Amino acid sequence: MHIIWMSLFVSGISVFLASALGIPLGTWLGLLPAHRVRWAAQIIYTLMGLPPVLAGLLIYLLLSSSGPFGVLKLLYTPWAMVVAQTVLAFPIVTGLTMIAVRSKDKEIRDTAVSLGASAWQSALTIVREARLAIVGAVVTGLGRLMAEVGAVMMVGGNIEGKTRVMTSAIVLETRRGNFEMAIGLGIVLLVLAFIINSCLYRLQGVPRN
Amino acid sequence: MNEAILELDSLVKRFGSRDVLQVERLVFQKGRIHGIIGPSGSGKSTLLRILNLIEKPSAGRVFFHGQDISLNNGRLAVQRRMAMVFQKPVMFNTTVFENVAYGLKVRGLRGPALRDRVRAELKTLGLEQLENQAARTLSGGEAQRVALARVLVTDPEVLFLDEPTSNLDPHNAALIEAMVRSVSRERGFSVVLVTHNIFQARRLTDWLSFLYEGKLIEEGPTPEILANPRDERTAAFVRGDTVY
Ligand SMILES: Nc1ncnc2c1ncn2[C@@H]1O[C@H](COP(=O)(O)OP(=O)(O)O)[C@@H](O)[C@H]1O
Ligand SMILES: [Mg+2]
Repeated sequence: MHIIWMSLFVSGISVFLASALGIPLGTWLGLLPAHRVRWAAQIIYTLMGLPPVLAGLLIYLLLSSSGPFGVLKLLYTPWAMVVAQTVLAFPIVTGLTMIAVRSKDKEIRDTAVSLGASAWQSALTIVREARLAIVGAVVTGLGRLMAEVGAVMMVGGNIEGKTRVMTSAIVLETRRGNFEMAIGLGIVLLVLAFIINSCLYRLQGVPRN
Repeated sequence: MNEAILELDSLVKRFGSRDVLQVERLVFQKGRIHGIIGPSGSGKSTLLRILNLIEKPSAGRVFFHGQDISLNNGRLAVQRRMAMVFQKPVMFNTTVFENVAYGLKVRGLRGPALRDRVRAELKTLGLEQLENQAARTLSGGEAQRVALARVLVTDPEVLFLDEPTSNLDPHNAALIEAMVRSVSRERGFSVVLVTHNIFQARRLTDWLSFLYEGKLIEEGPTPEILANPRDERTAAFVRGDTVY
């Protein structure tokens, strides 16, 4: 049970932090003309594919006792996993939000402006129209984090009762030859992903009728 | 008595290195239904977008009630005195009511006054049954009527219509035409109507400007332009020979 709770806790907080930063940044980039943010966009797209072990390595070096943040003694704690996963989710949420906002930008902006919206009002309207895809960005980020094992193992250490999460437990049980346990955990992971996706899509506020 | 509501002076619009509009002078009189006709790609939509201040001209000036508005200061105030219905209506992903309320809400109207005006406009266009329906689920004709209600409710002085019936069935097209005629007569709106349809131009407009490859070829009172076009290109278009 602790494993499931820890998975949800670490990935949930990480995706929340990544969204708190990534949604405003993605919106801002999406509203600017594409040619003006070309470099930023290319960097974000590259980071969206960042291998988790690389993010893990980076955070490991930063948090290890000889690293610049070593004094914080965060390595092999859940907070180290949160930092690594936030780094992983941030470009995903930012990039997908930017794409979502940009895809609505032209036609919605023209309509809003023609109806008398100010620059601010039309930007707000674009975000509201893109909400479905922005929720999609958050769900995608959460999905990637829940399924991720490389970074959490490196900076969390897979310590039982402390930093062991579902994916790292599956790796361990498989190595031990406990395939039933591994498969069971895998099913729990899938069911959780399904429930989370369903809940988030409920939140989207599609008009009734 | 004639009074210009909008004037274009030495207007040029360039996309890349291509001039898509080059209009020396074009005047829109108050209270008129002014038709813009011309083949596809002749710059009609671009012209409307410039008049509605959605697009900036590359050179030249635009006057609204004699005041230069191409300088872009006070854009919002001027823009709120105009409104445009696009060829393909874009509905906000919410109810019909909220779509029609949008223009009033951004102007700061709230509460019962807002509700009454929206309901009245919905009624005028026969949309009161659809008030709570999701706007994205409307048929093409209904959506175009909502798009019209959405601009009429803001009481614009000038109404821009970009081929408003080109995607509609005859019934809805007739409904939109009747609406345009009545707001022009009863509410005194000035209308700029872009159309492909010579018959629609004949039915609705007082004045016609013929645009060809970004240039104003000729203009005049609708019956004259349709009966005795002076330019061969206008004549071909009016006869229906122009491929578009
Ligand atoms: N944003 C744009 N970028 C580049 N070219 C454009 C743009 N908008 C319109 N054009 C070009 O300008 C010309 C006039 O277009 P438009 O005003 O839509 O014509 P019409 O409405 O008469 O069919 C066309 O050749 C079109 O391809
Ligand atoms: Mg057009």
